[in-house]
Amino acid sequence: MKKFLAGLTVAAIALAGAATAQDAPFAREIKARQGIMVYRSIQLGVLGGMAKGEIEYDAEAAQKAADNLAAAVTIDASMLWPMGSDNSANPASTALAKMWEDGAGIGDKARAMNEAATAMQAAAGTGLDGLKTAMGPLGEACSGCHKAFRVPTN
Amino acid sequence: MRKLLTALLLLAALALGAFWAVTRPRPLAADALAGLVPDAAHGEQVFWAGGCAACHADAEAKGDQKLILAGGQRFASPFGTFVAPNISNDPNAGIGAWSDLDLANAMVRGVSPEGEHYYPVFPYASYAKATLQDIVDLRAYLATLPADPTPSAPHEVGFPFNIRLSLGGWKFLFLDDGWVVTGDLTPAETRGRYLAEALGHCGECHTPRGTLGGMDRGRWFAGGPVPGGKGNFPNITPAKLTWSEADIVEYLTSGFTPDYDSAGGHMALVVENTAHLPAGDRAAIAAYLKKVPPAE
Repeated sequence: MKKFLAGLTVAAIALAGAATAQDAPFAREIKARQGIMVYRSIQLGVLGGMAKGEIEYDAEAAQKAADNLAAAVTIDASMLWPMGSDNSANPASTALAKMWEDGAGIGDKARAMNEAATAMQAAAGTGLDGLKTAMGPLGEACSGCHKAFRVPTN
Repeated sequence: MRKLLTALLLLAALALGAFWAVTRPRPLAADALAGLVPDAAHGEQVFWAGGCAACHADAEAKGDQKLILAGGQRFASPFGTFVAPNISNDPNAGIGAWSDLDLANAMVRGVSPEGEHYYPVFPYASYAKATLQDIVDLRAYLATLPADPTPSAPHEVGFPFNIRLSLGGWKFLFLDDGWVVTGDLTPAETRGRYLAEALGHCGECHTPRGTLGGMDRGRWFAGGPVPGGKGNFPNITPAKLTWSEADIVEYLTSGFTPDYDSAGGHMALVVENTAHLPAGDRAAIAAYLKKVPPAE
């Protein structure tokens, strides 16, 4: 009986563990916001590829990528960033808790991203030089958040 | 009994002598910089290559604010939390009153003008390989930067690590001004080695450290956990960093990875420095990285 109970307890703990792994805190929010990041990086890949000379400049394709990027940085993703959904709650996230602290300046950084994306939207279709110039502030805006709020990653 | 006491005392004196011999600060000779003519314009390049602003300016500083070297950034470690000091041109709060030799002693010997050991959070274990000409040039450039009166905050380091003389032992064990990557190198790879191993002090984060905090030269650039924090410093040996040289150059210029993720954490600050280097220097670093022995 004792053994049976012990076995049951072990099984219960294992089940609880499995359940936690599946329902890791904020799993869906984290997945969704990481998906948005990847979507942005795919648009940036088109623009960056042209800036680097790896892809031939094509005004239409550049404009489309810039429009997509601008759309992706302006959608309301606030519900994907609930308080506490940081790396210590779920290691799948690389967000640091200090992102949610007062005075972290997250609003300013988001505005900087919007402005850089809007500037790229205005420039991308007008020529390769304009696109190249708009790339710098975009990189700066990305790093603005990653510098302050992201766990160093492999 | 008396003989025994005498012997013991003698032994103690010898041990103390040995301790002092190992741990005493070792500044450069007074005439070490004789004949070197400072070039402030080149000193600016040394400034960006050395990454001074990444730690001594505010982490959020942009543009010319990066030239205000008032200190204040905090660095957690297993030994305590270190606070970057003011190295602005202020004669009292900063290093405005320092001589060329003071800066050289700080950078290549880890010794303050008062003759005290610095903590190796200040990367003199890497700067030890810098040329004295570069340091004289850097001194001239730093003298052109703004003075800031903010006093340096004390390090938050407990016993026994607050006994600075013990750092002499650390230096005895770990201060090594020999190159890690040796063998036949092209001029670009040699320049890259100087930038990465000496001025850029890449190994300070990307090389794992032993229990006493020395860089493990046998696992050069193999990465490891962030001390006192979250995450990992990535392995940047060819075993893991499979980017092309052009990819590395782009990353050191704009911060974008080949997947168009962007540099984060302290590396974003590093890119803000490397972006100021001549393109040839970034290419040299990329060429050097390909010569680092692969480590898993």
